Amino acid sequence: MVTALAVIRLRDLFAVVMLFGIYSLLSASLFVVLDAVDVAFTEASVGAGVATVFMLGTLALTTSREKTPAAHKPLLPLLAVLVTGAALIYGTFDIPHYGDPGNPIHQHVAPRYLEDSAEEIGIPNVVSSVLASYRGYDTLGEVTVVFTAAIGVLLLIGDARRRRSEDRSRPDHEEDA
Amino acid sequence: MPRDGCNAPAPQSAALRGWLGTTNKMQILGLYNYWIFIVLMMCGFYVVISRGNLVKKLVGLNIFQTSVFILYISMGKIIGGTAPILTGTATVYSNPLPHVLILTAIVVGIATTALGLALVVRIHEAYGTIEEDEIHAQSEDEAL
Repeated sequence: MVTALAVIRLRDLFAVVMLFGIYSLLSASLFVVLDAVDVAFTEASVGAGVATVFMLGTLALTTSREKTPAAHKPLLPLLAVLVTGAALIYGTFDIPHYGDPGNPIHQHVAPRYLEDSAEEIGIPNVVSSVLASYRGYDTLGEVTVVFTAAIGVLLLIGDARRRRSEDRSRPDHEEDA
Repeated sequence: MPRDGCNAPAPQSAALRGWLGTTNKMQILGLYNYWIFIVLMMCGFYVVISRGNLVKKLVGLNIFQTSVFILYISMGKIIGGTAPILTGTATVYSNPLPHVLILTAIVVGIATTALGLALVVRIHEAYGTIEEDEIHAQSEDEAL
C-alpha cells in the first residue's frame, strides 16, 4: 500500500515502474498468506517479472520522465475517488465476513471440486484440475485473448518500426530510436 | 458466526444499523481485508483519472486490477484452511475457484497491459510525447 502511494507521488517513471514491481511481489506474498499459492506464482512471475520488463521496454522506447502538470487540478479527481471509496465501504457492510467457512462462496461448487476432483481428474492440486479440466473453456478463452493481444502488439509496433525505417528523411521523430 | 443482516428483507440498512449499534471487534476484523482492497483500488483509480502521463495511467490501472485480485482471493480464504492441494492430512481447504479465476485474470491483465504499452509506444512515435494534454494540444492544432 505504501508503494502504491509512492507510485502516485513520484515523477520519475523508472522509479515508478520499479516500485510497481515491488508492489507486485508484495501482493504475491499476500496471496501466499491467503492460501493461493498458484496465484502467487503467477503474480510473482507475470506481475513482478514480465510486466516490469514490458514497462521498462516502453520507457526505453519513449521517455522516462513525467512532466509536471501545469494546469492539472487534483481536487475533482480526489473528490470522485473519495465518493467512490465511500460508496464501496458502505457496500462492504453487507459482505460476508473474511474467513468464515459458512460464506455463500464456499457452498456452491467448491466442495464438489475438493471432494471429487481427486477421483475424477487424479491431480492433487485442485487449482490445476479446475483450471485445465472443469473450466477448460475459460483457459481456452484466455489463450485466445493472449493471442489477440500478441497480434495487436505485433501490428502496432512491428508496423511502426517498418514505417520509421522508410521515412528516415523526416527529422522530427528521430530521438526515440 | 453471526452474519447479521444477510437474510433480512432490507439487508443494506439492517447491516449498517447492526454494525453501528454493536461495533464489535470481530466485525471490524472481518471487513478489514475489504477495506484494504478499497484503499488500493482508489489509489489506482486516482492515478488513472488524475495523471496525464500514459505509462503512469497504465501502472495505476494495474494497481486497480491487483486490488480486485486481492478481493477475490480474500473471499476464497477460510480461516484455518490450507492451500487447495489434496495431501490427505488437511481437512479444511480454501476455495479453489477464485484462485482459478484470478490466474486467468492475471494472464489476461498482462496481455491488455502489453497492448496498452504498445499503443503508448505508437503514440510516442506519432506525437513525440506521452503526456495527455500535449497530445490534445497537438490534435487541436492539426484540426484547426
